[in-house]
Amino acid sequence: MLKDQDRIFTNIYGMHDRSLSGARARGHWDNTAKIIKKGRDWIVDEMKASGLRGRGGAGFPTGLKWSFMPKESDGRPAYLVVNADESEPGTCKDREIMRHDPHSLVEGCLIASFAMNANVCYIYIRGEYIREREALQAAIDEAYEAGLIGKNASKSGWKFDLFLHHGAGAYICGEETALLESLEGKKGMPRMKPPFPAGAGLYGCPTTVNNVESIAVVPTILRRGADWFSNFGRENNAGTKLFAISGHVNHPCVVEEEMSIPFEELIEKHCGGIRGGWKNLKAVIPGGASVPCVRGGEMREALMDFDYLRGELGSGLGTAAVIVMDQSTDVIKAIWRLSKFYKHESCGQCTPCREGTGWMMRVMERLVNGDADPSEIDMLLDVTKQVEGHTICALGDAAAWPIQGLIKNFREEIEDRLKKQRSMQNSLVAAQ
Amino acid sequence: MLRRLHPDQPESFAFSPENQKWAEAQITKYPEGREASAIIPLLWRAQEQEGWLSRPAIEFVADMLDMAHIRALEVATFYFMFQLQPVGSAAHVQVCGTLSCMLCGAEDLIEVCKEKISPTAHTVSKDGKLSWEEVECLGACANAPMVQIGKDYYEDLSSERFAELIEDLRNGSAPVPGPQNGRFSVEPAIGLTSLLEGEGAGSAVNKSVALAKKFKDTIKKIDGTEANLSVNWEKQ
Repeated sequence: MLKDQDRIFTNIYGMHDRSLSGARARGHWDNTAKIIKKGRDWIVDEMKASGLRGRGGAGFPTGLKWSFMPKESDGRPAYLVVNADESEPGTCKDREIMRHDPHSLVEGCLIASFAMNANVCYIYIRGEYIREREALQAAIDEAYEAGLIGKNASKSGWKFDLFLHHGAGAYICGEETALLESLEGKKGMPRMKPPFPAGAGLYGCPTTVNNVESIAVVPTILRRGADWFSNFGRENNAGTKLFAISGHVNHPCVVEEEMSIPFEELIEKHCGGIRGGWKNLKAVIPGGASVPCVRGGEMREALMDFDYLRGELGSGLGTAAVIVMDQSTDVIKAIWRLSKFYKHESCGQCTPCREGTGWMMRVMERLVNGDADPSEIDMLLDVTKQVEGHTICALGDAAAWPIQGLIKNFREEIEDRLKKQRSMQNSLVAAQ
Repeated sequence: MLRRLHPDQPESFAFSPENQKWAEAQITKYPEGREASAIIPLLWRAQEQEGWLSRPAIEFVADMLDMAHIRALEVATFYFMFQLQPVGSAAHVQVCGTLSCMLCGAEDLIEVCKEKISPTAHTVSKDGKLSWEEVECLGACANAPMVQIGKDYYEDLSSERFAELIEDLRNGSAPVPGPQNGRFSVEPAIGLTSLLEGEGAGSAVNKSVALAKKFKDTIKKIDGTEANLSVNWEKQ
């Protein structure tokens, strides 16, 4: 188990002093100018060496992403945009950073912006997080007033402005180009790539979009060293990670743990075990709504990292939002609920997604009720394949994967239900 | 999803003087010529002032940002947090119904809404005080099931506790938000399993709840006098 002295988010539950002086006492804002004086290349190289992979779901190496930004400005400003539009079902980790450890994020914004030659950073927080917005704004105000950010940020000679912007309840704005559209005051509809944001992003200027957690861990990694961070977890899956566990565990919680921690250890140590014991475990969605579900039996031994969950189980770590379902769960209905979510949140730009999400939801609804022909299971699978990969952004894929995971892992359960419903109807007809 | 403006619209809209000042300050966050960026925060403020978003309000904000009215209408109809129809005069209740909350009992909460507020979503209750809707994931999954009422999250709910909350709202009071089962924030309910040491701030409630108690604006309509406005940045 990760030791307390190796945790990056030392106030994730908010039980300690949340103000600037409290953050300073926990080691934040400790001679930030010294880090900045080491220079842009040193910071980017150190981030690459740390092995940090983006914490927003896709797991793209953060240092590499930063290195795509132009080294010299061609006259256009560069921007860092922090994606705080946390809306992936099951995910509730960034909220805790923003309300309880906001200074880790504010300091991270300064260092990351400097590393990407950006004088301005926007944080795009989801609209529903009203108190979190107030908490984060209070931290930003404190940092301005203490001279940590502003004209001469932390006396480093770097001019840095940090703005908090909010959305208004659209899941799609968590997609980086939709977020940029929304930040420009438009509907959140994803853009075609290329051009990638590093070439033309916010207001047509070079932009990098990073998740809150990816940015908030930066100052600690740079202080304690890339070696320290890469020490945790298996190769290519370095570091510590906030896990959010919800659903049918005895004590749902958010906790920072080492990457590659076995699922069983995570659940036993922090969540008091599965409700009703391990035999009662039916299915797990290990990384937020967009990754396929996994059968409980396969999950017990699983290692919680990107490569194991993708390679061995055909699922993914995503945002490390673990949704646990016990034997009392109607797993078909659970996946139908996610289909309903994607139908609700499809922005409507691409036909396969706009029409496909509604179509998939309606077939799922009939599967829940057992009111379908067994051949429709394969037809549904076929439709998910036609949506997947045929849309501008990954929402189409995300809508398809949970259904594919359901059919792969729980096909028998669907077939049983259809059979049962059919025999009930037949006996009704016979009785008439 | 198709969302339309309400058939009955008020005559006009204007920000309160404090909100106007607030709105003008927000616009300076964005570079010159990019004022349209401020549209979501401004529309949201208009909704906080009035309770819901009317056509005059949308057009007022569009004019303020020098945008075509249709661009502002597009934004207002695209984002689900904008209420395009009147809501309950005391509070609008948003029940999270997505997977983690559903697994932990959100369907029971929705039944409570149907019984105590109105049988259908987005319909104001008979006494005009409350309305409700089912919303998608609100990002507090480790505290499921939960609802958002006004500006605050009420977490770790049971049907009984939720029914009590609705009665309190009906009587014009906003109970203390946050976890309703004695938890502090998102730690394991049985006690800490990490971060056992530390200085301790001695605060009785988590930060979200502390802000709700400080501003006392959970269900209050915002007139701009609640929080201090500080503009530390240079105009972009």
